[in-house]
Amino acid sequence: MDSTIASILLLDGLTNGAIYALLGIATVLVFAVTRVIFIPQGEFVAYGALTLAILQTGQVPGTVWLLLLLAGMAALMEFYTRWRHHGDLLAALKPALKTLIVPVLVALVTLWAAPQQFHLLVQALLSVAVVTAFGPLVYRVAYQSLESATPLVLLIVSVGVHFALTGLGLLFFGAEGFRNPAFWDLRLNLGPVMLSGQTIIIGVASLALIVLLWLFFERSLFGKALRATAVNRLGARLMGISSHAAGQLSFTMAALIGALSGLLIGPTTTIFYDSGFIIGLKGFVAAVVAGLSSYPGALVGAMFVGVIESFGSFWASAFKEVIVFTVILPVLLVRSLTSGHSDEDH
Amino acid sequence: MKLRSTLLATLVALACGTALADINIGVSLSLTGPGSGLGIPVNNQFKLFPKTIAGEKVNLIILDDASDPGKGANNARRFITEDKVDMIIGSSITPVSAAMIPLAAEAKTVQLAVSPVGGPPDQERWLFRLPQGADVIAYPIVEHMKKTGIKSVGFLGYADAYGEIWLKAMTPALEKAGIKQVAVERFARTDTSVTPQALKLTSANPDAILVVASGSGAAMPHKGLVERGYKGKIYQTHAAATPDLMRIGGKDVEGGYVSSGPAVVAEQLPDNHPSKKAAVDFVTNYEKAYGPGSRNQFAAHSYDAAIVLQKIVPMALKKAKPGTAEFRAALRDAMETMGRTVFSHGVMNWSATDHWGYTNETAVLLQVKDGKFVVVQ
Repeated sequence: MDSTIASILLLDGLTNGAIYALLGIATVLVFAVTRVIFIPQGEFVAYGALTLAILQTGQVPGTVWLLLLLAGMAALMEFYTRWRHHGDLLAALKPALKTLIVPVLVALVTLWAAPQQFHLLVQALLSVAVVTAFGPLVYRVAYQSLESATPLVLLIVSVGVHFALTGLGLLFFGAEGFRNPAFWDLRLNLGPVMLSGQTIIIGVASLALIVLLWLFFERSLFGKALRATAVNRLGARLMGISSHAAGQLSFTMAALIGALSGLLIGPTTTIFYDSGFIIGLKGFVAAVVAGLSSYPGALVGAMFVGVIESFGSFWASAFKEVIVFTVILPVLLVRSLTSGHSDEDH
Repeated sequence: MKLRSTLLATLVALACGTALADINIGVSLSLTGPGSGLGIPVNNQFKLFPKTIAGEKVNLIILDDASDPGKGANNARRFITEDKVDMIIGSSITPVSAAMIPLAAEAKTVQLAVSPVGGPPDQERWLFRLPQGADVIAYPIVEHMKKTGIKSVGFLGYADAYGEIWLKAMTPALEKAGIKQVAVERFARTDTSVTPQALKLTSANPDAILVVASGSGAAMPHKGLVERGYKGKIYQTHAAATPDLMRIGGKDVEGGYVSSGPAVVAEQLPDNHPSKKAAVDFVTNYEKAYGPGSRNQFAAHSYDAAIVLQKIVPMALKKAKPGTAEFRAALRDAMETMGRTVFSHGVMNWSATDHWGYTNETAVLLQVKDGKFVVVQ
């Protein structure tokens, strides 16, 4: 181990850490607003990368069909609940159609665009749109009716959603992995460290997203509404903030972040239908380091996880995963010793 | 009255017909989960399995074990207690196959594993394998290393059973050949980067590196080594002998060596190669069903399973009827005594002392040239 090796490892760790940071932040976001520990966060990563890979081959990705199916289910659920509440068919039809419109539009555009072999960036945009549209639908179908359930119940649902999405991923994308073309074919030699265009994109994109999220929460009305829901659901509802809308919005953002992470990571490694889980899990570790409550904490935690992973695989490659996941133990210990526990906490 | 008795008679006839004449085979494969890349092609070939063998109807009961050893064991239990199978085939990955061994042995039913799995000596009696052992596939690699004057080798393999099997096979083989193994690094299929491992290997600077990984997962470590500026020879194992290596690896895997069973390069085999006919037959039929370029190592194993059954079923039928313990035992004995049999994957000769069966001449060494596998002469 000399400074050359250390700097290469550090760069590798920080690059991976940037992806984990995004996922960690998404996990914190979803948990804060809805108290859902969103295990399938990583599936959005795999879906994003693989949807792009399938679009690259000029075929229609199976995620489009799943999107339509989910949209149909969500619309039916929406229609049924409204109808039962108000008994007015027309009034119930409107929100149902509203649920349908965006996914159907996205699906139609993708269906039309898939065989045209557009430029990589257009296809990337399409993939992001498809996967982002999943966010509110997943929330509507799996979580919305359980809004007031305990975090444990929501966690169990998350496990179910994770398995369902992984299984469907296998159906849509097959068992073999894909690697996406790089967005920027640059190789810069900075002394011993080789900086690739993709590394720069990952760094810049992660930073930009984090800044955007910060602006969103500090400056926009929606962001403030989400924060209000996170602090006190009932209070926020009394102030006219719909907890349904807040949940769907946070899931949309989580799906968007996941899809972007997938595009960022796709060109640097082979992504399989089930790759998302372990990547998402590391984002989750980062979020746990942050106590599932602090965005800067998740960022720091993610960098920490990335660097530990990088150095861990250098020194003891066979035990890398063990090292990364063991890191969570002392953190949990310190947290449970320092923070007072009350039932009101979420 | 007449109608009722006719119906009854028909029912009885039907019941006896299915219960007595059919040969039932339980097949457990990893169709989902991390091992599905291997299980799915095996299943594809089983869809082309002959409907009858030696005049008897053959029922394949195919279950998914989700790459989970516990599920595999459950499947085996179901095959034995509910389906009363005459033989068990599976699983397609080593850890699941291993979990099925004790159940098959206890029920005195042959287990024909589609993965290279080692069994405890007392249960070895009922266990046969279709794939080559790692030592058989390693043979041409080590020979090629000797021939090209390689003195030191690095190892970069999966941190799981597949990596372990190869490490166990390579270490003594290299020692015997007088080649030094200078570094052993591991990675997981889900890893997003092998940069740290590649760094460590390149700083040890071996003449060659063996990458042990499967399917499209084999391309990432290969690329990782090339991207870190490694200039030596890179070898891959038979699980990497799929077009996915080139699809994902592109230019970076050019010139890499892959050791493989003969079935994947059927057309390139010399005419005097014993497996040529079977291998070409397998490739033509498989690619007719699943598209050009879809051939792979794993599907060929289930093609070979049909060859085994076509040979042993007539032998066993002479001794007993399907569905009985005697028939199951007869199948086992037939496998040990069936003698030299030509598979699409080489020449097989199981015996009472050897349930692996392949000889060192089985595997062929391939090189990636212009995005294609070319046999190294």
